[in-house]
Formats: sequence, C-alpha cells, structure tokens
Amino acid sequence: MKGGSGRRRTLPGFGLTMGLTLTWLSIIILLPLAGLFLKSFELSLAQFVDIVTSRRTLNALKISFGLAFLAALVNLVMGGIIVWALVRYRFPGRRIFDAIVDVPFALPTAVAGIALTTLFAQNGWLGAPLAELGIKVSFTPLGIFVAMVFIGIPFVVRTVQPVLIDLDPEIEEAAASLGANRWQTVSRVILPSLLPALLTGFALAFARAVGEYGSVIFIAGNLPNVSEIAPLLIVIRLSEFRYADATAIAVVMLLVAFLVIFAVNRMQRWAQLRVPAH
Amino acid sequence: MPKPAIAVPLERTDARSEPRWVRGLLIGFTILFLTVFIVLPLVIVFAEAFARGTYAYLAALADPEAQSAIKLTLIVAVISVGLNLVFGLIAAWAIAKFEFPGKTLLISLVDLPFSVSPVISGLVFVLLFGAQGFLGPWLQDNNIQLLFALPGIALATTFVTFPFVSRALIPLMQEQGTAEEEAALSLGASGLQTFFRVTLPNIKWGLLYGVLLCNARAMGEFGAVSVVSGHIRGETNTMPLLVEILYNEYQFVSAFAIASLLALLALVTLVAKTVLERHLDEGQRPSEH
Amino acid sequence: MSIEVRNIVKKFGDFAALDHVDLTVPHGELMALLGPSGSGKTTLLRIIAGLDWPDSGEVAFDGENALSRAPGERSVGFVFQHYALFRHMTVFENVAFGLRVQPRSVRKDEATIRARVKELLDLVQLDWLSSRYPSQLSGGQRQRIALARALAIEPRVLLLDEPFGALDAKVRKELRTWLRSLHEEINVTSIFVTHDQEEALEVANSVVVMDKGRIEQIGTPTDVYDNPQTAFVHGFIGESIVLPVEVDDGRVRLGDTPLNIAAERGNMGPSKLFVRRHDMQISPPGWGGLEGTVRRVRTFGPIQRADIAVSGNRGETIIEIDVPRDRELRDGEVVGLQPRRYRIFADPA
Repeated sequence: MKGGSGRRRTLPGFGLTMGLTLTWLSIIILLPLAGLFLKSFELSLAQFVDIVTSRRTLNALKISFGLAFLAALVNLVMGGIIVWALVRYRFPGRRIFDAIVDVPFALPTAVAGIALTTLFAQNGWLGAPLAELGIKVSFTPLGIFVAMVFIGIPFVVRTVQPVLIDLDPEIEEAAASLGANRWQTVSRVILPSLLPALLTGFALAFARAVGEYGSVIFIAGNLPNVSEIAPLLIVIRLSEFRYADATAIAVVMLLVAFLVIFAVNRMQRWAQLRVPAH
Repeated sequence: MPKPAIAVPLERTDARSEPRWVRGLLIGFTILFLTVFIVLPLVIVFAEAFARGTYAYLAALADPEAQSAIKLTLIVAVISVGLNLVFGLIAAWAIAKFEFPGKTLLISLVDLPFSVSPVISGLVFVLLFGAQGFLGPWLQDNNIQLLFALPGIALATTFVTFPFVSRALIPLMQEQGTAEEEAALSLGASGLQTFFRVTLPNIKWGLLYGVLLCNARAMGEFGAVSVVSGHIRGETNTMPLLVEILYNEYQFVSAFAIASLLALLALVTLVAKTVLERHLDEGQRPSEH
Repeated sequence: MSIEVRNIVKKFGDFAALDHVDLTVPHGELMALLGPSGSGKTTLLRIIAGLDWPDSGEVAFDGENALSRAPGERSVGFVFQHYALFRHMTVFENVAFGLRVQPRSVRKDEATIRARVKELLDLVQLDWLSSRYPSQLSGGQRQRIALARALAIEPRVLLLDEPFGALDAKVRKELRTWLRSLHEEINVTSIFVTHDQEEALEVANSVVVMDKGRIEQIGTPTDVYDNPQTAFVHGFIGESIVLPVEVDDGRVRLGDTPLNIAAERGNMGPSKLFVRRHDMQISPPGWGGLEGTVRRVRTFGPIQRADIAVSGNRGETIIEIDVPRDRELRDGEVVGLQPRRYRIFADPA
C-alpha cells in the first residue's frame, strides 16, 4: 500500500459518532428552529413590522427586555459581592450558602413562581412589611423584576467564581508592594481581571431573564401593556391560534438571544487572550 | 493541576484583605440577599404545603390527578434523559476526542437550547406538528397524535434538556485527552472495548452529574411543556403544570404539596451535585502529575 | 523484528513534521531518536506505532507493510510520555489489560493471565505495588508499570516516548541503567525518543539525530559525538565553540587573519568552524594563527574557564574555553588559540 491516508484518525468511531450527532442535532434542534424561521417568512415584511410594533407586542418586549436588563444589573452587582464573600471570606454557613446559590438553576420555575408570589403577596412574609412601606411587589412589574433577579443569581456567581479562585495572589501583593492601597488594588487590578467573567455572567443572566416564563407569570399580574411579558404574549397568541403573531415575537426574541450568545463567545475569547496560558 | 473546589485558606496579610467593617458589610449583604431570595422561597414551599397539616398534605399527593401527573413526569423524564444520555455520550465522543473544522460552531449549536426561551422551545413543535403546522395535516391524515400527548411533551423536554449531558462531558473528556485510549488501542483493544473499559470508567462521575442535572430540568420543565401539553386533566399534565392549575384554582395546599416534591427533587439534586463535584475534582487529577 | 521507514512525509497544515524520512532499524537494536522539540521525533515514533498516519511513504515490519494495520494489530509496545496509565485500574489490572482485551479465541485463562502479570511485575521489580492505583505511585514507578503493561502483549517492538522526560534527575539516572539492562535481558527491538543528548548517548547503541523533520545523522554514540556530519549535529551534541570563518582556495580566514588550519574542501565561502571546548588549546601568541584577548577568568575545582574575545569580520565573538590551572591567565592578555580537532561546515547564511 502506498502510505495511509493522512486524514486517518487515531481513535475509532469519528465518522459514526459525528454522523449520529449531526443527525440527532438536526432532528431535535435545527429542524424545529428552522421551522420557526420558515414560518416567519410566510409573513411579508410589512406584516412582520406591524405585529412587532403593535402597542401590546412592543410593550411586552419592552417589559421583558427592560426589566431583564435591570435585573441583570442587580445580579451583576449582587453577584459580584456574593462571589467575593464566598471565595475570600470565612463565615458560618458559607458552604451551605455556596451550595444554595444553584437553587434557581435546579428549582422548577413553576415552584419558584408560586413561592415568590406567596412570599411577596400583600399578606406574605415579605409582602406584608413591604406593603406597610407602600411597596407592592406581587402582581406588579416590580414582581417581574424580583422573579428575574431570583433566576439570574447563579449566572454571575458561577462564571466569576472559578476565575476569582484562580486569580494569582501575587498580582495583589505586587500591587500592594508598589504602593497601591486596598481600594486601588481592587479597582485597578482585580476588577479588570474579573471583567470578562462579570460581563459574561451579566449577559447570561440577561438572556435567561428575557426568555423566562414559569417563575414570572405567577407574580406578574399579567396586565396587558403593564405587566405582560413577551413569552406570555406568545402563549396567549398561540391559544388564540394567531400563529403568525406568536412566530414574529419569537423570532425577535431568538435573534436577540443569538446576539447574546455571540457576545458571550466574543467575551470568552477576549478573556482567553488576556490570561496567559499556564 | 487540580483546582480547589473551594477557596484555599488565605493568610491574613494586609495586602490581600479588606478592613474588618468592609468584610462584615459584604458578608452581611450576601447572607441577607441569599436568605431573602433563596432560603425564604424554599421554606415557604414547605410551610404552605403543610399549612393544613400532614393529613391534608398526604391527601393532596394521593389525589388521582396528582398521581397521574407524577407518573407522566417520570415517564417523560425517563424518555428524554435516556435519549440525551445516549446521544450526549456520542456527541461528547465526537466533539471532545477529535479535531475538526467547525468544532466551536458545533458546540454552540449543542448549547443552543440553553439560550432559547422555554416558551419558544414549545412553540417550534407546535409550528411543526400543530394543525396549522408543516407536518400537521400529514399527521392528522395518518392519525398520529404528537401534540397535546406524550410524544410532544417528551420531544419538547428533550429539546430543552439537550445540552446537559454533553456539556458535562465535553470539558472533562477534553481535559483527559486521548492518551489512555491510544494506550488501550496499542495494547490491542477494539474501539468498543476502549470505550467501555477505559473512557466510560473515567467519565462516570461526569456522566452522572450531567444525567442528574438533565433529570432535574426534565422533571421541572414548565414553559415548553405548557405550550405543547394541551393541559388535559389527568392525561397530559406533568407535575409543574398541575402546580399551575391547582394554584390558579386557589387549591394552595395541593399546589404546594406537588411543588414540595419538586423542591425536594431540586434539593436532592443539589446535594448530589455538590458531592459529585468533589468526586470530579479528585478524578480530574491526572495520574501523571 | 526489523523496521524500515521509507520516504515518510507528514504535514500538520503548512508545517512539515517529517520531511522525506528514511530509517532502518535492525532487529534487537536499542535506538534513540534525538533532537530538539519540533524536530519530528515523536511524530515518527507515533507513525511507527500506528497512532498517526503519514501523508506519504511506507513503514514495514520485517518487510511487511505495517501502515495498513491498526495500532492493536502491530504488536507494538508503546510507552507514553506521561505513561497514560488507566487511572481507574489498579497496577495489576493496568498490566493485565492487553491480555484481557484479546479476542476470545486466543485469550488466555485467568490463571495464566495472573501468572504472566506477576512475572512482568517481578521483571520491573514492582510486584508489591500490584493493588495500588496509578495516582499512588511515584513517577519512576509509573514509568516501570507503563513498561510492564507494554511488555504484556509480548510486543515485537518497544517504543518509548521521552521515557525519562517527566522524572527528576536522580530517578532518571537509575532508570537509564535499568532500561539498558532490561533491553539486554529481553532483547526486543526498541526505539526511544529523547531531547537529552546525554540520555541518548549513554543508553542507546545507535543514535538518530533529527532536526526540522529531517534525519541529520545516524550512528553509534561515539560516531555522532566524534564525527558529526552536519553543523547541526556538531552544535547540538556536546558543547562547541563556533567561529564564523571564510574558506577559499583551501585557506581558512577569520576576518582578515588567515588561520593555519586546513579545510576539507577548497572553496566553501562563508563557513563555521566548530571546535569542542576541550579541544581548543592555548598557545603563545604571534604564531600566525587564531588570537584572542582574555576577558574574564574563573576557576572552580581543577578547571579554569576563560572568556576570550576573538575578532573577525562579523564583529567580535566571545568564546569560552577550558584551560589547565597551571597556565596562568590575566585579564587583557593576548593569547594564541590552536584547535586540536575541528570541523568546518559551510554556512551560506
């Protein structure tokens, strides 16, 4: 034989497993998603714009995106504080608090939804004292915000945690030895090192909150134009058999989700460039 | 190098710590925030479930509708976790053990369902199989019921839980490299022998980890299933859907009783996950260092 | 078993890892593939093992084409650089693996397998570790277990990738001697890859020096040390003094100074003069040869080492030579330099 093929692979099964992977991926993920976009092409551009810019749709999108952005901002700050405390400080119950950060990942959204609603209802454990102060949470946009904060907690914490743990202690000591005070060290040395991870966590929390359904609809009140989120509007349009409307809203949300994935990938690459290989 | 699962104890040098009051403030914030947003919601689930005593709680769970929802949830979980287990293993082998162009893109595609709103994950199947959908008329002609039935629910759940297994395995298998598989091959093992005797034992904890998270999500999925289920009482309601229905009917004890089972599942998953992470951390220590 | 490698080419993208390589390994040889990292030595070893495939060329075992065979069908024992021990198996099971995965028709019974593994563990003197896991072993122990595992399948050829690379200096030395005596004991054709010249020269009975995907020289350790065939080999093996010279009409010049040494060929143009450090002698200046100025002298033990500045037309070159302690050197002193043995290689660059 005149040599082997240079493209031969050492381990067996590449063709078979890759073939199965692509087939399965196509059937379960790509085909259904392609169907969605295909459906949206049945609409003319004018129809599409009409649907998306109708008052109710626009308001639903504004509520979903706007509140998700605010909730992700809160997650960014609170997540930063939480991850710092969990990684850098010892305090009683630290390990348990560390473990339960993942609760919003693991708890079914419907359960989270009814629990938060009951907690923040006007006669609830937290709702009652807040009502005394004149703050109403359940069945208002504030409730949506609260639910979105809840489901976003793990994202910032879990993306930043490994980076903060791996951070070389010597860079802080170097900064201190060069005369930086603690605040300067944190703001000029540590925070910039954590920035890509913080932003990635922010983007992930934002994307999750935008699409969130289960934990939000119970607490939202679901008043059109006031506290109706985009995913709920999709469900409503579906139940009215207005498939075109549902599809158009879904396409807008998907495109934003893809943009976020793209941004996250970019940030990850950026982060890798900034960290020298070990 | 093994990465510590939790932070290594730090020396209290001035260079690396904050003033006492700052530390106290940050710890206080952390405890307060996590208590309000995570501990209290968990506690209230069980408090409400047992609000009328143990008897009412057990009665709510014994209700035929609850029983049928529990059964359906288990069946759906077995189907979608089983499918994703097999295909997750296959995908992880193809992606982690070989180099090929477009690898990053493929990983992004596998992860895609994580970024899709659950409602949209259900919608895509309605658009495919629904009466107005692409395959709807054909399915109707052949008398095949996918939507508002078990197959549709299982499909939507499989879509939503698609990335869990492969995502848990790919980084692990990439880190382990291919040297052990190459050694097995050079010692005369066949491809399947190599996989079952060398690769699988090395990734068993990671696999269990992925399956566990996949299962938790499969049992708890709400949005996607809600869209494709049709909410037929006693037939197409999974546990999360039944929670919604009971809650909207002001049957709070029953709603929270079912919810408490799901919360328990989440807590068990988290405990198992924490234990597994410790295992994984040890397992990842490569033998050569 | 003998191995013939003919005209192998292997590219990774634009990078030629192996560039038309020919090599014959006679039966029973203990051969070292020596070269810097990126020279292609590990790629060549992996191609022989069947863990990589060449773009073109042939590999034959005892005259039979080997490339059409899967790695498991080649009877090759491969010892990986980081050992690749199965981390979830005990030492015993690691060594037994190759016997257990044999097709049922030829697989030995459990008692035979156990006896064979015990025998191998005795051979590598680690019988007492048989129920440990790889993570509980030291580096040297892992190395020997990896070797025992490779030997279990009774390979016709043993391939070792940087066998001592991951070990500390002391263990490294012990294992070298041990590997040599093991080879004498089992006499299997063996090839090992190393970037450490001392290792290659001490252990192997023939050394293949590689650079940039090509074989520079094949020979016995004495041969490659004493008679380097290329500038690369001279520079890579042993410590050399290198001086840029000009050769025309059979005369060797350093800058404008003619040197009283002869070149093998008359007109080589720009060249490099290679001299081993211990082959450079100090002579009185003014004899019409190489001259230099002493810059710095330091002594340790019986040796006196001096930096000497030699000027040529490519500027000043500092060379380091060893001088007996009884010859006193002072900074700034001008000395003559006479190479006892030397080589000149053309340097068109």
